[in-house]
Amino acid sequence: MANPVKLIKNGIINENPTFVQVIGMCPTLAVTSSAINGIGMGLAATAVLICSNIFISLLRKIIPDTVRIPCFIVVIATFVTIIEFLLKAYVPSLYASLGLFIPLIVVNCLILARAEAFASKNGPVAAAFDGIGMGLGFTIALGCIGLVREFIGSGTLFNTTVLPEAFPRTLLFVMAPGAFFTLACLMALLNHFRNKKA
Amino acid sequence: MNLILLILAGVFVNNYVMSQFLGICPFLGVSKKVDTAAGMGMAVIFVMSLAAAAAWLVYNLILVPLNIVYLYNIAFILLIASLVQFVEMFLKKSAPALYQALGVFLPLITTNCAVLGVAVTNMQKGYNFIESVLNAVGGAAGFALAIVLFAGIRERIADNDTPKAFDGFPMALITAGLMSIAFLGFSGLIKL
Repeated sequence: MANPVKLIKNGIINENPTFVQVIGMCPTLAVTSSAINGIGMGLAATAVLICSNIFISLLRKIIPDTVRIPCFIVVIATFVTIIEFLLKAYVPSLYASLGLFIPLIVVNCLILARAEAFASKNGPVAAAFDGIGMGLGFTIALGCIGLVREFIGSGTLFNTTVLPEAFPRTLLFVMAPGAFFTLACLMALLNHFRNKKA
Repeated sequence: MNLILLILAGVFVNNYVMSQFLGICPFLGVSKKVDTAAGMGMAVIFVMSLAAAAAWLVYNLILVPLNIVYLYNIAFILLIASLVQFVEMFLKKSAPALYQALGVFLPLITTNCAVLGVAVTNMQKGYNFIESVLNAVGGAAGFALAIVLFAGIRERIADNDTPKAFDGFPMALITAGLMSIAFLGFSGLIKL
């Protein structure tokens, strides 16, 4: 039995999906114009990831090897549809701002990658903890990017204004290029610390 | 006239990669060489147009009459997965060199969110069959344009002396950001 703490730490730090593995980039860049959107997207993907990991792990001995990818995708798509309805019913504002990217959780490579690399080879408990770790790593990364972009671009943190009105906003950071720049700088920062340690 | 505008809007104004962040994974992953980038672009144009056409048919002829529209996500993704499988077999037979070059990335078109994104957008905007296909062609051509340009820049950067912390992905992302600023110049050019 794998150690749950180790699995979670692995997802958040050692194999952080965004900063280390660089997968699941589309939602990472697209919905992080504010911290709340980023965290909302992260949590939605985490929920799908945990459910799909558990389910795929339970089915891993039944699914034939040759058709495993379509099977994984159907499982993932089912959970995404469930999450989509839940968000639409209970958090319509988040649903509206994430828009197209909720159905697109299906093609988030992070989820399929964990299904293929971890859940299809391990028991349901370990798979659940792997899902929690990876999901949290993803959520934290999206939250960080969202915080930076929101702060520089609109001068707010979690929708509360923190910069004085007179301070100029760099609107570029809420738009598409800002997403690329923010992620590049955060990654470079992490690389810098890693290079120093080594 | 509107149909031409629809294609142009897809290529420049609403470029999938540069302004909507769809298909970023292959955009970053297969853009080290111009040849492979062009191959990937072609494969995406082909798969995306077919997928949009097939998705429209499935949605309007199966899902709507049977009143199971809520299953659209599952239906579309299965459709795309099987289409990609088909294209893979087709390339393996008829263009083995291209098949070799694209390698592992061809199955990854399944998880290219631009393909599913086009299908879902077409459905949400209620496009008719022709509009759906043209929207996909335009969008895919925009993806191909962006990835080829990006690969060209990356080939040049590869030999340059970049700060150590920026090696690899960070540098690629900065490049993409600058390109995205350039594409912002097209915004507002065409209103649909």
